[in-house]
Amino acid sequence: MGLKIIVLAKQVPDTRNVGKDAMKADGTVNRAALAAIFNPEDLNALEQALRLKDRYPGSEITILTMGPGRAADIIREGLYRGADKGYLLTDRAFAGSDTLATSYAIACAIRKIKNFDLIVAGRQAIDGDTAQVGPQVAEKLHLPQITYAQEVKSAENGKITVVRRLERGVETVEAPLPCVITVNSSAPDCRPRNAKRVMKYKHAKTVTESQAQSEDYIDLSTDRPYLNIEEWSVNDIETDMKWLGLGGSPTKVKKIENVVFQAKESKRITNNEEELEAMIVELIENHTIG
Amino acid sequence: MANFFTDNPDLKFHLTHPMMEKIVALKERNFADKDTFDYAPMDFEDAMDSYDKVLEIVGEICGDIIAPNAESVDQEGPKIVNNEVVYAKGTQENLDALVEAGLMGITLPRKYEGLNFPIVPYIMAADIVSRADAGFVNIWGLQDCAETINEFGDEDQKARFLPRISNGETAAMDLTEPDAGSDLQAVQLKASFNEKDGKWYLNGVKRFITNGDGHVALVLARSEEATQDGRGLSMFIYDRNSKAVIVRRLENKMGIKGSPTCELVFKNAPAELVGSRKMGLIKYVMALMNGARLGIGAQSVGISEAAYREGLNYAKERQQFGKAIIKFPAVYELLSTMKAKLDASRTLLYETSRMVDVYKTYMHISEERKLEPQERDEMKRYQKMADYFTPLLKGMTSEYCNQLAYDSLQIHGGSGFMKDYPIERIYRDARITTIYEGTTQLQVVAAIRGVTTGGYLDRIREYEAMELRPELHGFRRTLIGMTEEYVHAAKTVVDVKDNEYVDFHARRLVEMAGHIVMGYLLLLDTQRNEMFKNSTEIYIHMGKAENTSRAEFIHNFTLDDLGVYKLV
Repeated sequence: MGLKIIVLAKQVPDTRNVGKDAMKADGTVNRAALAAIFNPEDLNALEQALRLKDRYPGSEITILTMGPGRAADIIREGLYRGADKGYLLTDRAFAGSDTLATSYAIACAIRKIKNFDLIVAGRQAIDGDTAQVGPQVAEKLHLPQITYAQEVKSAENGKITVVRRLERGVETVEAPLPCVITVNSSAPDCRPRNAKRVMKYKHAKTVTESQAQSEDYIDLSTDRPYLNIEEWSVNDIETDMKWLGLGGSPTKVKKIENVVFQAKESKRITNNEEELEAMIVELIENHTIG
Repeated sequence: MANFFTDNPDLKFHLTHPMMEKIVALKERNFADKDTFDYAPMDFEDAMDSYDKVLEIVGEICGDIIAPNAESVDQEGPKIVNNEVVYAKGTQENLDALVEAGLMGITLPRKYEGLNFPIVPYIMAADIVSRADAGFVNIWGLQDCAETINEFGDEDQKARFLPRISNGETAAMDLTEPDAGSDLQAVQLKASFNEKDGKWYLNGVKRFITNGDGHVALVLARSEEATQDGRGLSMFIYDRNSKAVIVRRLENKMGIKGSPTCELVFKNAPAELVGSRKMGLIKYVMALMNGARLGIGAQSVGISEAAYREGLNYAKERQQFGKAIIKFPAVYELLSTMKAKLDASRTLLYETSRMVDVYKTYMHISEERKLEPQERDEMKRYQKMADYFTPLLKGMTSEYCNQLAYDSLQIHGGSGFMKDYPIERIYRDARITTIYEGTTQLQVVAAIRGVTTGGYLDRIREYEAMELRPELHGFRRTLIGMTEEYVHAAKTVVDVKDNEYVDFHARRLVEMAGHIVMGYLLLLDTQRNEMFKNSTEIYIHMGKAENTSRAEFIHNFTLDDLGVYKLV
């Protein structure tokens, strides 16, 4: 039985190779100075999806990404590695989204895609390191979620079995399908781009990209429908504008400081009301939130 | 994180040589596949863009997987388990990544599920892989064997074997035997035809077989009873699925330790004849060897690249007497000469690859339709040049790669002698390149014909006539002087009219031609891109002095002087 899998992927600045002009004077990331890459853990997520596709023939992998027009690169990268199609969510209305607004837009897009058995995402992106979007999408779609996934053991008979990588070991859990899983970098690396697929899909374009390009291969997309990357604006999905973009983003940047990373003792909090309450109070007191 | 293609602009430079337009048009038969295969190019630019993108994959796999695995592969090596070869863990990872990326069967036609790339981008991939791990390229590069099946096999054999290679099976060429190394005419492995089932069976032993347990093997065997020479040999395909060959032993080698070198015992192994009987050595092995020699050229260039980079990095970092050692004349001369030899090797590699591309593609076209007279002439002309250039390439670049490895290790000083730095492995890996697929001495035997027939000189004259910017004319004048000196030396040797005398001086003459050819190629590269100017200057400087010393030797020598050398 084939699975319908949606992979959430993000184009991020390559913060692993930062030069001296990586940050602007105002403390924000100088995106122009950093190469735009496929978020590494999203590649781990894609590999898990591809393995499921290898295992369950007839499966279909859809890449969903939100970002500016050039984020279509992420979809092509996915196609080169074995994904079947992709949607680019792009609109000025999405600009300035924090994780909440992002997960809202993505959840709306997934509702429109509708037909799916599994949503796979990387645990977190290397630009923000929040690890929030995957879980928020799950909440908004009222789906169960498995975080810190290292290996999908199986996904059949309406159930998925996943090995999670935790601080002190691994645990194997089961969830009903559909569900959301977020994948760790401890999962296997993504397979390389495939030469034939690169040559097949390198002409895949969004409508905007096709219009922008004056040269050849214009007719290709008509003859070869698989070369069309779906591009959705805010008008293509059902949303409430107030939850989108800057307006829908409660995160406010108070100030940005250059800090030298120092390893401090970590603090463990058990999942109970008291300790959570104490943590919230502490975070409000030191102005981390609030 | 490294990409061994994009971090080296020299590669892109050679990939975009003006002659590629002709090569691509021929190879793609004017883009006839574009409506049949979704990965076929639409036009020249599209094809070039595909090569570029695919080489980027090769570069990434080399930088991220193959190079980091090289050390553990060198230590672990392959082993025999139940008479079969099991690769080192890293080797298997490398192979899996390249198979997953669809980088097998690169030059095979699309109908056999290949990529239908010309030789140039394929050789470039081999160049890149060799820099990452010279031992590994032997396993991956044996896809060359498929090219021989494509050339000489029948339609049924091509349809059965070629897609298997395209999809990731490995190959082997089983030629050498304990008593048949350089002299393949002495091959004894017996091929007998069984009248009952109409099949051929192989019995005997092969030795020093690289990747001898590969899925598809080309085997040279004696099919004609009671014959002793090369005319009694035929070429066969042995399929490992028959399980009739035992890997008896793996050699414990000095270098390229990840590549399994096997001793094979054929026990009534079923095999298929390729092409015609008795043509095994005379025609097919010669073709196979030419392809393999081009591959060793690529391997040598890749090793040179690795050796140069290791030496350069070390010399910049290592401080002695209060400064980086690269600041000392003795060290910077070594490094800049290494770079010049590397650049010279690489330009010869791609020049030769282009020649092979043109004539081989015409050859394949001639199976589809009759060639126009002018196409036929062109095919012959390029084939001839490729026949002269291939041994020159293999001989010169393999010697250079050993020199580079030696000099790079020298720059490392005592540290280079320890296993702590990659140069120790690179040095050992380099050593085989002047030996296998025909020793340098045998390359000279093949290349001397290019001297005596005037083959090299013809090509040198063509280079001489090519357009150059005025500021480069001085280099050309030097090369013209070197050419006169070479012609004079060659004539002096040939005029003695004694074959042994020619053989005695052959290496000197071939190297003289080589210095001039590579000098011109570097000069023409500089005409296209300034980045080769330093190497051109340094190489011509060096080549001029080297040639004068050889000419001097020849002119102060007579037939009588040969005598004392025979007393050894």
